[in-house]
Amino acid sequence: MSPVESFVDLDDCRIKILRAGQGAPLVFLRGADASDDWRPYLDELARRFDVIVPEHPGFGGQPKPKWLDRIADYANFYLDLFDRLELTGVHLAGHGMGGWIAAELATRDTRRIASLTLVDAQGLWLDGVPTLDTFLCTEEKAITDQFHDTKLAEAEIARRLVPDSEDIRLNNQVVIAQTTWQPRGYDPHLRKWLHRIDVPTLIIWGAEDRLLPQAYAQEWGRLIPGAQVEIIAACGHVPPIEKPAEFVSLISAFAAAERAAA
Amino acid sequence: MKIFNFHLMPYAHADLEAIKRLGTSWMTYPNSYYDPKKGADLYHEYLDQLEFADELGFDGVAVNEHHQTAYGMMPTPGVLAGALARRIKNGKLAILGRALPLVNNPLTIAEEFAILDNLTRGRFIAGFVRGIGVEYHTMGMNPAESQERFLEAHDLIIQAWTRPGPFAFEGKYYKFKYVNPWPRPYQDPHPPIFTPSSGSLSTIRWAAQHRYTYCQTLAPIASVAQTFKLYREEADKFGYQATPDQFAWSNAIYVAESDEKALRDVRPHLEAYANEFLTRDPVMMAPPGYTSVESIKRMRALKSFMQGRSTAEDMIARGIVIVGSPNTVREKLAQYQDMAGFGISLTKTQFGTMPHQMVQENQIAIAKEVLPYFKDRLPQPTKAAAE
Repeated sequence: MSPVESFVDLDDCRIKILRAGQGAPLVFLRGADASDDWRPYLDELARRFDVIVPEHPGFGGQPKPKWLDRIADYANFYLDLFDRLELTGVHLAGHGMGGWIAAELATRDTRRIASLTLVDAQGLWLDGVPTLDTFLCTEEKAITDQFHDTKLAEAEIARRLVPDSEDIRLNNQVVIAQTTWQPRGYDPHLRKWLHRIDVPTLIIWGAEDRLLPQAYAQEWGRLIPGAQVEIIAACGHVPPIEKPAEFVSLISAFAAAERAAA
Repeated sequence: MKIFNFHLMPYAHADLEAIKRLGTSWMTYPNSYYDPKKGADLYHEYLDQLEFADELGFDGVAVNEHHQTAYGMMPTPGVLAGALARRIKNGKLAILGRALPLVNNPLTIAEEFAILDNLTRGRFIAGFVRGIGVEYHTMGMNPAESQERFLEAHDLIIQAWTRPGPFAFEGKYYKFKYVNPWPRPYQDPHPPIFTPSSGSLSTIRWAAQHRYTYCQTLAPIASVAQTFKLYREEADKFGYQATPDQFAWSNAIYVAESDEKALRDVRPHLEAYANEFLTRDPVMMAPPGYTSVESIKRMRALKSFMQGRSTAEDMIARGIVIVGSPNTVREKLAQYQDMAGFGISLTKTQFGTMPHQMVQENQIAIAKEVLPYFKDRLPQPTKAAAE
């Protein structure tokens, strides 16, 4: 299934949106691989949902918006986008940095949100559980660190680190640094307001995530009222790519259960 | 030409084998390798050397700022400049420079520099830099904000020195209800400003716009000349002609009786400086946003080129340093001044592992054999420059 590509002009910037499938809207906010192409897990999700994947402002070769200083700015931007697209009943999912954006968004306003899924999300700091510094390694190492299966990591390196995308990758890194460098990968104020999240929440985590150890999954689960935590075995930081079948079935079952309960 | 004695204050007892093994003398070279007793002795020797330089007639002395490294032990250069301020009786005292974006409150730099300008009764030179890439890791500052913070901190400091206080400053990064620093600078309107840089075009353009003295950090003389030429072109665009005192070349000089002896003496210290003390992981040096994407791509392309060890011969041949007999050193310094057109030489007389007595002998030789010949020397137009 190939997604439909469109562009939206909003808040003085232009973003690309990939969209495919039918059903309830599922907005997926990607992490540091945000300019990556359409992957098989999105096809699988598109069998069940109207899958909407926006490229974060400032990514993909677009200029960095003047208003972009921190992750919370992205959260407010996506609230604007949901208004613009007139989305309701959104299943909002985010991975890594995208999970952090989704959590920030949900502490602000859940009127358009049906459920929240955080996948190996950044945004929290847990004393005594250090995270990997993704800014202090080569691009090859950064990808290697994301996967439990080293063969898969090698394939990802070959697929992603191509000369054609070097400019976009380097520009994306500037935006990632702008929003996540200091404090490294979290916002100390976020945890104070996670109790406000009043939609069903699912936490999905790779058991072998070396960037953000599993203890972070439990911490999200503790801080968000009623959150369900699911750990995927033999999986690193990127469950949608390393364990797409488990990932898709967890997120689909969760949305279906919530629909049945509603 | 004005010749300053510039010091990096390296931890000369660094374990060179450990640095080779770790691949860095910065940030992740553990500070358990620092011995405070040896370090204290080095601080005193280095300060003695700079005081000696003033007695010998150097035009000034200079220190700088780096963090978490054996390369230089001056994370807060103001302390060392303070220790020197009452002992440097004749020459200038320069900090080249303080890294403005690395502090949360740049007013402290305005205050510190103003005190030093008062202590020296107007012989202080203020250097402004952004800090190098790795320092955005070590100081926990956002590299993507480096350029903007530098410009805003600069504006705040200049206003703090020149606008009658108290006034309010509301910037993007720095916000103060009251700006009214005591003391004011001794010099009117403020100390001369030097801008050391490794040659980024945006810094060159900005320095030329403000008519600040541009200091080229360690680089082959041909590229120094090229960088200064860019500054002159930018100055032309801003409608004035740049003068030699707007150009400072940062170098290292070693003088001995003969070229052969000089090379033999200097080799281990110079090669330790170039290969071990300067060793750092390239990833540390290029945090996202610190430099343009084009610069990062250029650095990546240069990686293979930079991997070999530098030899003393190579550094001498490329005009990164000047080593030799008095005659050789005089000839080369004159030739390089004519090539690049600088009016200031920021000269390291100690580098790497070079011990105290050897440094003092070098300082004496430079004072006797070099300084008098360059006292009022201006760049002479060369055939190459005229073309």
